[in-house]
Amino acid sequence: MNYIFIPALTYGSQLALGAIFVTLIYGILRFANFATGDMMSFGTMITILITWYFQSIGVSLGILPTALLAIPFAIIFMIFYMLFIDKFVFKYYRVNKSPPVQLAMVSIGVMFVTQAVVRIIIGPSDRRFFDGEKFIIKAREFKEMTGLNEGLAIKSTQVLTIFATIVLVSILFWFLNKTKTGKSMKAYSDNEDLALLSGIDPKKIVMITWIIAGILATVGGALYGLDKSFKPFTYFNNMLPIFAAAIVGGIGNPFGAFLGGYVIAFSEILLTYAYKKFFIYVLPTSMEPDSLVQLLSTDYKFAVSFSILVIVLLYRPSGIFKGKVL
Amino acid sequence: MRKNFNVIAAYSIMIGLIILVGIFQSWNIALSIFNLCLISAVMTMGANIQWGYAGLINFGIMGYTALGGLAAVLISVNPVQEAWSAGGFNILFSLFLVIGMVLAVRFVLMKYKKSKLRNYIIATIIILGIIIIRFISEPGIEAIEEVNPAKTGFLGGLGLPIIFSWIVGALFAGGLAFVIGKVALGLRADYLAIATLLISEIVIAIIKHEDWLTRGVKNVIGLKRPAPYEVNLQQTDWFINLVEKFNSGKLNLISDLIERQAALNQFVIEGSSVFVKLCYSGLFLVVVIILLILTQKALYSPWGRMMRAIRDNEEAANAMGKNVVKQHLLIFVLGSAIVGIAGAMLVTQDGLFTPGSYRPMRYTFLIWVMVIVGGSGNNFGAILGGFVVWFLWIEAAPIGLYLVNLTTAGLEDSHFLKIHLIESVPYFRFLMMGVGLLLIMRYRPKGILPEKIEIK
Repeated sequence: MNYIFIPALTYGSQLALGAIFVTLIYGILRFANFATGDMMSFGTMITILITWYFQSIGVSLGILPTALLAIPFAIIFMIFYMLFIDKFVFKYYRVNKSPPVQLAMVSIGVMFVTQAVVRIIIGPSDRRFFDGEKFIIKAREFKEMTGLNEGLAIKSTQVLTIFATIVLVSILFWFLNKTKTGKSMKAYSDNEDLALLSGIDPKKIVMITWIIAGILATVGGALYGLDKSFKPFTYFNNMLPIFAAAIVGGIGNPFGAFLGGYVIAFSEILLTYAYKKFFIYVLPTSMEPDSLVQLLSTDYKFAVSFSILVIVLLYRPSGIFKGKVL
Repeated sequence: MRKNFNVIAAYSIMIGLIILVGIFQSWNIALSIFNLCLISAVMTMGANIQWGYAGLINFGIMGYTALGGLAAVLISVNPVQEAWSAGGFNILFSLFLVIGMVLAVRFVLMKYKKSKLRNYIIATIIILGIIIIRFISEPGIEAIEEVNPAKTGFLGGLGLPIIFSWIVGALFAGGLAFVIGKVALGLRADYLAIATLLISEIVIAIIKHEDWLTRGVKNVIGLKRPAPYEVNLQQTDWFINLVEKFNSGKLNLISDLIERQAALNQFVIEGSSVFVKLCYSGLFLVVVIILLILTQKALYSPWGRMMRAIRDNEEAANAMGKNVVKQHLLIFVLGSAIVGIAGAMLVTQDGLFTPGSYRPMRYTFLIWVMVIVGGSGNNFGAILGGFVVWFLWIEAAPIGLYLVNLTTAGLEDSHFLKIHLIESVPYFRFLMMGVGLLLIMRYRPKGILPEKIEIK
């Protein structure tokens, strides 16, 4: 529970936000965005800079991390950044109806540039910007409270991540399913020509997509940074499980992407967890295992999610929850 | 002549730039840039065969490069006898089991019709097989890794000359590509890109963590060389004489005998490393030229025309009776094998194998930038792309430093902005690559030397 469930749930939420980001871009703008990880790190970087500014002028939220206060401002910056990129880079190819592969290549260019900007501004090293109360329940307090002899520690960032994801995702689904703009986005993603015929403004749709993407990227990135720490290289690497989550869930399907994030996170952690302690409790002492009883060593964490992806691609190319049939 | 003017001009400029580096920085740097340019050229040729000829996206270049490097290790390192006697049997036995497992799965696949039961049987075979193999290989692996872990701790290789590994690297990479191609080539373009990217990450993870095979992140150093060692060169007579002849003009200016000897020593030390690099350049150049001739021939052959037809219109080619799936698989394997050669060459040049250094940024995306910038579908373009991009990649730091100094000239040396910018100069290369790629994609989508197809 302590080392499996909550970390997996947190990690899954972070992946889910990224996966929805990928899937939205894929569904509406129709290309695989290889700059995902770096866009997230860009959003996080802005959050960090604003957090530092707030910390230096002495604004804080008490027990909550200051970064929460900074996220809304960062989102605004991020949206401008996204629209800027779209205007100067992606728009040309969209108007010319270039094949998706070309757009994916262009997104690699964006990836290089964003990565460079992040590294030039903040440097490649580890940054921690967390402040406020670290734990909600500490291991020892839990033991005293319940009388059990195993501790349970919940980090406040974990609760924060899960909470924020739930709120954000529910708002997003409400927006996509209930409002007129959301529905027109869906229509546009299903059939572009029909949507145009029924009077949907493509410019508006694209703009709203980028705005939502900006929000998702900033929040997802900042939460990951709060929970672990900020390092541009890890963000770039995170792009891969995010892609895996999006595809496993069925690319183009936001709900699938949301669940895909958890599927990936749980399988990664369950398959690489050392079950020694678990067996000590379940089995009598005579049968206690002497090794760690790991299915796979933790080194293969990434490999697990990719293997799941490969299996899913082979047997159900459209993902577990039917997305766009490709 | 006129027709090829572009090509000749572009290459002359490139060679001129490298010579300029030789004159202004040092011949050593110029040659090492040149060598890596050649290796990059081999990689871009591999990627170009897949992307330019057939329109297949392969983002798994890193994986094949690493496999080529692994081949270099497995071929050239001397076998570690103790490790073999400690755990060799277990490893071999598990290898047989793996083969047996694959055969069993194939047997079930062929013998029975598609059904749920068949899927369950296959799943059981695989799971049981993995558990049994783990039980058998575990003690062997532990025993191997305990043999002198600071120096060996792995099985070692065959102890053959490292040149052979170039071919074996190609075989390894081609074999992996065959498996991946069988599995993934049915996917649509951007799915294929993501799938290959992720598979290459799996390959790297395995190479990094299977210490008994590759020493993992402990790295393998001091690999054999196809070229002589600097230290030995500095003591051989003919080489000293050669250097003396080359620098006779400068040496004659020095009258004092002791000083003359010291200067000569200096020249010999410099000359030896230049000479070793020249040896490598020669070897690499041979590989590049052979591959270039082969790929050019292939491009203008009926087979090349068929590949272009498949690339430009898959359905039409299929309707004309061309086996698209088979040709895709073939070209996927060929391109990957070429990348495998490049991987082995890279490890040969460095003399060390560091699994930790394989990153997708450097080995996958950079190669793609090279192909796109140079001109996909055109071998000369792809090679030129390899040269230009690698040159910029290395020289970006000096250029960035110069630009920073220029733009911040008005600021004091201790100004925080200037210090920060100078510290982050290495990252300007990413910026340059990105902006370069975006500009090329926008204004010259076919690359510096675009594809020109004429029927001869």
